Amino acid sequence: MNQSVVQLINLVAAVLFIFALKGLSSPKSARNGNLLGALGALIATVLLFFSGIELDNLAFILGAVIVGGLVGAISARKVKMTQMPQLVALFNGVGGGAAALISVIEYLEKGGEDKIALAATVFTVVIGSISFSGSIVTFLKLQELMTTRPVIIPAGKYVTILVAVATVVGAVWLVVSPTAWMLIALLILSLIFGILFVLPVGGADVPIVISLLNAFTGLSVAASGYVLDNVLLIIAGTLVGASGTLLTREMAKAMGRPITSTLFGAFNGTTAGGSGSGVDRPVKSAGPSDVAIMLGYASKVILVPGYGLAVAQAQGVLRELADLLSEKGIQVDYAIHPVAGRMPGHMNVLLAEANVPYEQLKEMDEINPEFSSTDVVLVVGANDVVNPAARTDKSAPIYGMPILDVDQAAQIVFLKRSMRPGFAGIENEVLFDPKTTLLFGDAKDSLTKVVAALKTV
Amino acid sequence: MDGIALLTIFVLSIFVGFEVVSKVSTVLHTPLMSGANAIHGIVLLGGIMVTGSAHDALTLTLGVIATLLGAINLVGGFVVTDRMLEMFKSKKPAQGGKGGAA
Repeated sequence: MNQSVVQLINLVAAVLFIFALKGLSSPKSARNGNLLGALGALIATVLLFFSGIELDNLAFILGAVIVGGLVGAISARKVKMTQMPQLVALFNGVGGGAAALISVIEYLEKGGEDKIALAATVFTVVIGSISFSGSIVTFLKLQELMTTRPVIIPAGKYVTILVAVATVVGAVWLVVSPTAWMLIALLILSLIFGILFVLPVGGADVPIVISLLNAFTGLSVAASGYVLDNVLLIIAGTLVGASGTLLTREMAKAMGRPITSTLFGAFNGTTAGGSGSGVDRPVKSAGPSDVAIMLGYASKVILVPGYGLAVAQAQGVLRELADLLSEKGIQVDYAIHPVAGRMPGHMNVLLAEANVPYEQLKEMDEINPEFSSTDVVLVVGANDVVNPAARTDKSAPIYGMPILDVDQAAQIVFLKRSMRPGFAGIENEVLFDPKTTLLFGDAKDSLTKVVAALKTV
Repeated sequence: MDGIALLTIFVLSIFVGFEVVSKVSTVLHTPLMSGANAIHGIVLLGGIMVTGSAHDALTLTLGVIATLLGAINLVGGFVVTDRMLEMFKSKKPAQGGKGGAA
């Protein structure tokens, strides 16, 4: 195929990627935006086979593309929406891994004569590997295959700095005097750094790290584009690198945390916080019928859904409860914390799945002034996002995160499985407030019982 | 293409990347991240190129793995993003009937 035509079609794909990101920034155009991106990727991939580049091993290539595509598509279709954040982390990690491998291969094939290309190769290997191992750790954290709390290694700060310095020195060394062994050593160092970098991050900060690693992968893809002399990879990778960096900052801002404290907070041992064990402190608990009566005689109710709701798959029952209260003429709203669930916007997705009317979903800034005039707040499976420690306790890992001011309401009902603390692993003082009533049990079970009781009130 | 031209493309892409996502509501943070994640799956092209020029068992193996990982990132990324956004599509003003619990 004529090279000008190839370049022109690649330009079309690049423009489609830009439209994709633009579309994804607005709710109305988001789905079409994503489809435009997929179209761009499809065009570019098909084009590559007809672009005149000599491709041997065609059977291997097609096999890998088909198997990889199927694995990706099937896992994306099968995953429960509650587990979607860790799947995104995993996809991001394999992308970074692919970029790193590509650069390793280019080095093995071409050696290190062109120093600028070699620098780009080294950059891809380092950043791609960090993104790969870091994403795997975030996956393990979110999947709760390992502890979700910050992991503090003794002297971890110094080990991490040491590994970081070694990585930088190794990278420079490799550019100056390239050897295959040094490349392997650098690969391993970068993988270790990725793990050390993410281990101390805990709780609600994990999505911010995923977003940052996403930007990292973008940049490593851009650098691999330079190595391979492919303009489309440079454009697509850079677009993701830049937009991902901005998005990371926005997410951190939505959670009221400077990005540096997210990434380095745990290093400084600030996560020891959380007050006493609380095991023997008195709490007030009640049965489903008591809760139904409280709700039935209220005139204004706010529902605060959290990740526990989604885990129990209780979105549908919660909506049923809301509908029932609305029928009784009670004003019902959902208060959605920006990071309710496991990621910003996650809860909106989960509730939309249960056909909750969009107008009832109120964002934090909109709903917070409402709590003081609310009769009953029903907190279902949320904890950290309503924890006043974020306002008052400087030693808490969530300190500074804006929260839903449920403690302003006249009465607060918590549906909880147990007294176990939330994702951030700290005690919530609201639970011990005299205004607070606890209803223990599985969220779906409890809600079903409350709904049944409410029908008889 | 020469280095300066590539550098130009790189720098301009940074600004475009910043610009296109400058105004995004928190509701869309997750889908946007996921969509951007899918776009860097285009690294698949790199995987195909290095596999296509591999001449020994080692580079061929690594190339096939890279291609496989790239394809997972690309296809999986777009599909999972679409699934998230599927939820946003119909904002019926009327409250539907019963059900919805999965």
